[in-house]
Amino acid sequence: MVRSRSAAPGLLVAFAVLVAGLLLSFAVGRYPVSLGDLIHVIVAKLGGGAAGVPPAVEDVIWQVRGPRVLAAALVGAALAIAGTAFQGLFRNPLVSPDILGASSGAALGAVLGIYFSLDVFAIEGLAFAGGLGAVAAVYLIGAAVRARDPVLVLVLTGVVIGALLGAGVGLIKYLADPYNQLPAMTFWLLGSLAAVSALDLVRLLVPIALGTLVLVALRWRMNVMSLSEEEARALGVPTAALRIAIVAAATLVTSASVASAGIIGWVGLVVPHIARTLVGPDFARLIPAAALLGAGFLLAIDTLARTAAPVEIPLGILTAFVGTPFFIWLLTSVAKTWSVS
Amino acid sequence: MILSGHGLAIGYKDHVVGRDLDIALATGEVLALLGPNGGGKTTLLKTLLGLLAPKAGEVRLGDRALSSYASRERARLIAYVPQSHAATFAFTVETVVLMGRTAHGGLFSRPSAADHAVAGRMLERFGIAHLCERPYTEISGGERQLALLARALAQEPQFVVLDEPTASLDFGNQGRVLHEIRALAASGHGVLFTTHDPNHAMRAADRAYLLRAGALVGQGAVHAVLQREQLEALYDAAVQRIADRDGGQSAFLPG
Repeated sequence: MVRSRSAAPGLLVAFAVLVAGLLLSFAVGRYPVSLGDLIHVIVAKLGGGAAGVPPAVEDVIWQVRGPRVLAAALVGAALAIAGTAFQGLFRNPLVSPDILGASSGAALGAVLGIYFSLDVFAIEGLAFAGGLGAVAAVYLIGAAVRARDPVLVLVLTGVVIGALLGAGVGLIKYLADPYNQLPAMTFWLLGSLAAVSALDLVRLLVPIALGTLVLVALRWRMNVMSLSEEEARALGVPTAALRIAIVAAATLVTSASVASAGIIGWVGLVVPHIARTLVGPDFARLIPAAALLGAGFLLAIDTLARTAAPVEIPLGILTAFVGTPFFIWLLTSVAKTWSVS
Repeated sequence: MILSGHGLAIGYKDHVVGRDLDIALATGEVLALLGPNGGGKTTLLKTLLGLLAPKAGEVRLGDRALSSYASRERARLIAYVPQSHAATFAFTVETVVLMGRTAHGGLFSRPSAADHAVAGRMLERFGIAHLCERPYTEISGGERQLALLARALAQEPQFVVLDEPTASLDFGNQGRVLHEIRALAASGHGVLFTTHDPNHAMRAADRAYLLRAGALVGQGAVHAVLQREQLEALYDAAVQRIADRDGGQSAFLPG
């Protein structure tokens, strides 16, 4: 029996993108580290022994850049995985993690936290609760509308709820103190990894790992669920229960990244496409490929964000600048990876 | 084994499409479902598949109510070949056929080596093994129908239910699919299919079930039921019968 087309080259490319992103973001910055020094330090850390470089170089790599690099990789991977799951579940390659209101719900939670001058933990907690709450609301409303195409109803409800939450964010920003609160809100809403600490990494890692585990475990069922609802059911898949599990897992992953890094659009929309052209639509390979590419992509973007200008450029702005033209090119050139004849 | 509906009322939400329907399909026979558009063919099909709950009456599979089967259990007994298969993602033909093995594995499992072997056999059976690496979105309509048949058989079901399996196929592929339907019954499967062409029913089915405006208007052996007057009444249109003097075969022409 011939096995399916090998995914190894595609996964290798994705892995190479991650490695390139890691090297780039460790090496480039206000204090440049040469590639040779970087490799020495990493080898020394992995194998033990002295790196033979000035201590300042090691500090820059592990203390200054370390947490931020890891956070960028985690958030990039998380957004790409969530986007992959949503696109498969909604059988629509134009869907992204924001579609069910996860991002806008998290945004409203965060600006409320800033408005009431809560501490950082409470702000992130509110963002998290806002994301999950928005998706739950979308889901309950969608389930109450008994239509023949539950997926379309969900997507439309997500758009409507997202608009309402956006209006809520606008209202809070309008009411906010323009000197203290508004800049913080704006900065957070545009996305940044500047203030990431080692503790943030743990708070990122746990929910992301949990959600990803669920999605990886369900990878074959997700293939089947990307067929029509009736086909999936006829093939023996309990679609209603699994849809809730997949939406919850992908929302958890999205909310965790939004809570720590703010709103970073486009990654969850564009990266799954590239991953699909590299390894095909089978989720068993698509999820790892998207995770590797998303991590590498956001590492490159974050490096750009902290080095391209004297002040930090918000990530959401950069991903939009890179993502929009890329997406338009994608639509016009490689549409065949998902289109129907 | 018998798949049957007793006193069924069928429909969606508050909208009842058909009433008082009794239907039975045994393994080893082919039943064709005929009738005008909007007459309830597809609705009846989906009700018998367990995808739609009956508004009244009961669907039974073997000695139990169909609704008492878990989805996995049901999928190992009844397979569904949908009408026009709109694929969003470009899975390979082999992956599409492997999806038929889903109900044979656990919730978190992926297809095993044994599942690959079954899928491989089905690809061979329908003569599409050479396509196994090709994206499902890039093969022809006829090949796609064969891939969906292979997927259905990979479920190793007792019953195969097909929604207009010959629609949108060229003449040659229509013949191939009808031939495969006969072969399914010969290998012990109970087959139910809908069609717009009475000739296809004559060619492939043992019995026909005529549905008009949600009501049963006739059923029985194809040659007994598919008569000119019956068809004219069923479709409310003129029909001409053409007989082959030597072979005794006959066919119908619309108009």
